[in-house]
Amino acid sequence: MNPVRKQRLFVVLAILAGLALATALAVYALRQNINLFYTPQQVVNGEAPLGAKMRVGGLVVDNSVQRDLDTLDVTFTVTDGKGSFQIHYQGILPDLFREGQGIVANGTLVSRDRFEADEVLAKHDETYMPPEVKDALEKAGHPGAAQSAGND
Amino acid sequence: MWKTLTRWYHQLSSPRYFYRFASAVLPWLMPIAVLVLLTGLVWGLVFAPVERYQGNSYRIIFIHVPASSGALMGYIAMGVAGLIALVWRLKMAEVMLKAMAPFGAVLATVSLATGALWGKPTWGTYWQWDARMTSMLILLFLYLGIIALQSAIRDPRQAARAASLLAVVGVINVVIVKYSVEWLNTLHQGATLKLVGESSINDAMKWPLLISMLGLWLLYAANVLMRARTEVLNRERRSGWVATLLAPGAKE
Repeated sequence: MNPVRKQRLFVVLAILAGLALATALAVYALRQNINLFYTPQQVVNGEAPLGAKMRVGGLVVDNSVQRDLDTLDVTFTVTDGKGSFQIHYQGILPDLFREGQGIVANGTLVSRDRFEADEVLAKHDETYMPPEVKDALEKAGHPGAAQSAGND
Repeated sequence: MWKTLTRWYHQLSSPRYFYRFASAVLPWLMPIAVLVLLTGLVWGLVFAPVERYQGNSYRIIFIHVPASSGALMGYIAMGVAGLIALVWRLKMAEVMLKAMAPFGAVLATVSLATGALWGKPTWGTYWQWDARMTSMLILLFLYLGIIALQSAIRDPRQAARAASLLAVVGVINVVIVKYSVEWLNTLHQGATLKLVGESSINDAMKWPLLISMLGLWLLYAANVLMRARTEVLNRERRSGWVATLLAPGAKE
């Protein structure tokens, strides 16, 4: 390669490396703001502020969903395996909301174990399969059937 | 192998040779691309099975994923063209860079729009300032920025140099788009299709998805060749071969 081109290549790569480093540092420093939600572990450990508007995320614990028969009130517990707390919500839950499914809730942390949600969003995992396949997997006791609960 | 590649590289970097190459390839590439894309879309949208939780709404994956992957791949290709244009000052790299931006911007828009439409029935929201979605929006802005930069500077070579730098630097954002769902907490789920290891999608859905992706990439390639061909003619309009080519009754 001739020296002029070598120098140009060096300059371009140096600019690229410098900016990549700067971006990486910025993303790392702003991590907490870029993360969409607090995890149950952070809520329980006291890293999430009380009384402020924020989002939390986690998996809905099996058999924890309690619906009020007369109103739209619903309470359920979310966990990430390292901590858990209760979420109260008044409204219509998204279609994909179910036990064992990941959710993101927008609202206020009232205490370390109770969150008042204004909005509940359902996460869905990266696994796609037809219903028959899911039934077959469940019948065979295959771990893939329960995989829907496993995504962060 | 290497020799053939370098010969190709040198031949295709000649505008005249490129014009001939593109004119020979396009009549085949275009219909094949449309056919493959239609096969994938019809298979996916009509014949693929429903999803266990999402029912039919998951079918938007057959547009969303090909469009997103096309937008990302297109940007990486622009970055490579930009690097070649900056370091080796190849005219054809500049032409390719310019030709790749518009379709990429369209695909990024399609990705964002279909993502929003898919988000409402599944997540319960059209939009969140989630790292994946925000970085994808930045990708669209980068595409638009490159198009704007190209048309803001009159001298094509100056314009190409400015756009090249933006294209090269913007590749950092592609890395963020790709890994945002792994490094950060996001609403968007992780990658379904994996280069290494097994993809977490049933085969009956995976094949139409892969065919749609291939079809859209081919369509992108065809679009780039068409645009690049026009750009070559425009840039070389004062050269002898274009004059003979466009002379009445000329054949090439």
